[in-house]
Amino acid sequence: MSKKNWPLWEVFIRSKQGLNHKHVGSLHATNAEMAIENARDVYTRRKEGVSIWVVESVHISASNPDASDELFEPATDKVYRHPTFYDLPDEVKHM
Amino acid sequence: MTDAKQLSLEDNFQAKVDAEIKIEPKDWMPEKYRKTLIRQISQHAHSEIVGMLPEGNWITRAPSLRRKLGLLAKVQDEAGHGLYLYSACETLGIERDTLLDQLHTGKAKYSSIFNYPTTTWADIGAIGWLVDGAAIMNQVPICRCSYGPYARAMVRVCKEESFHQRQGFEILLTLSKGTDEQRAMLQDAVNRWWWPSVMMFGPSDKDSPNTAQSMKWKIKRFTNDDLRQKFVDVCVGQAEILGVTLPDPDLKYNEETGHWDFGTINWDEFWQVVKGNGPCNRQRLNARKKAHEEGAWVREAAMAYAEKQEQCEVASVAKVA
Repeated sequence: MSKKNWPLWEVFIRSKQGLNHKHVGSLHATNAEMAIENARDVYTRRKEGVSIWVVESVHISASNPDASDELFEPATDKVYRHPTFYDLPDEVKHM
Repeated sequence: MTDAKQLSLEDNFQAKVDAEIKIEPKDWMPEKYRKTLIRQISQHAHSEIVGMLPEGNWITRAPSLRRKLGLLAKVQDEAGHGLYLYSACETLGIERDTLLDQLHTGKAKYSSIFNYPTTTWADIGAIGWLVDGAAIMNQVPICRCSYGPYARAMVRVCKEESFHQRQGFEILLTLSKGTDEQRAMLQDAVNRWWWPSVMMFGPSDKDSPNTAQSMKWKIKRFTNDDLRQKFVDVCVGQAEILGVTLPDPDLKYNEETGHWDFGTINWDEFWQVVKGNGPCNRQRLNARKKAHEEGAWVREAAMAYAEKQEQCEVASVAKVA
């Protein structure tokens, strides 16, 4: 008999309406439908969610943590992208 | 890799750990860190799964519907905890099947506490109070473990554990207010579960050679003996509320240290159970293997069904095109 593992799925849960889905962990299932049902039992036994996303782990591409410095370097020297870079007189109060 | 490069990678890694920066799955880590974590997390996951067996024994015999609901929910949580932990463990590059094989062949261990039998209903209360109490003591610091996926899984586990301990304590409290016979049953359960629970923290620090490395890597935050002492200290007061005696004649408050001194642990018994000679080792492992083997056809059928569905979809898409 073939010994074939069920694929691995990553699970994302929206904890309440208005918030984004957040990664919570993974599980094994034969297809998306089963992955959602299993995710409900494993990750939302106490009303932790109102919506579930599942995606097969093999479909996720990730940036390389060893190359993080180069990857994010463009953002490190651009203080002018932040509001505090701009000098305004106190009279303006809130802006 | 040159030795110099390896060394700088290790220094870098340790600097991150020292700065309390979490290590994530794809980050570089020493091989020994990875192996230690795989061993610890899988052992933890196996304990959750095997831990369902002694309690499952009482689901059909719970004394009321309320108790049955509570116990069922607790056992279901244990399954969930096992799954969070297997999933965390798999991020280290090991397959679920390999982990299960290691459990079934005896290569991987699980907590020895589950090799003791649950002979009365009071045992279910004692497990909740003492075994889950000890587990919480152990697990809370792991929420700050340096390995991100393990720490995050533990946050979930700990949130759910306190219900487990409270349901156990309530069972015992009810017995403590019952008949003489019920009080005797309560005391008997505490007599049998106390020492194995104290042993749950593992060997004494002087016999735990890996502790120093695990503390340096911030996998562990406290030593076995420190956690054990904390556990004994909190249990004394709780035992008084239940009106039970903890079965240790040497238990006494030490004014100087502010802690409760306790008697010598029977390490022979501890190692016997670890080595597979506890009262239920074979029974537990056989039950796990049987469940796994008898479920094989379900896993295969589900996979075959999913594959067939996928082929049908491909075929119907082709027809439309």
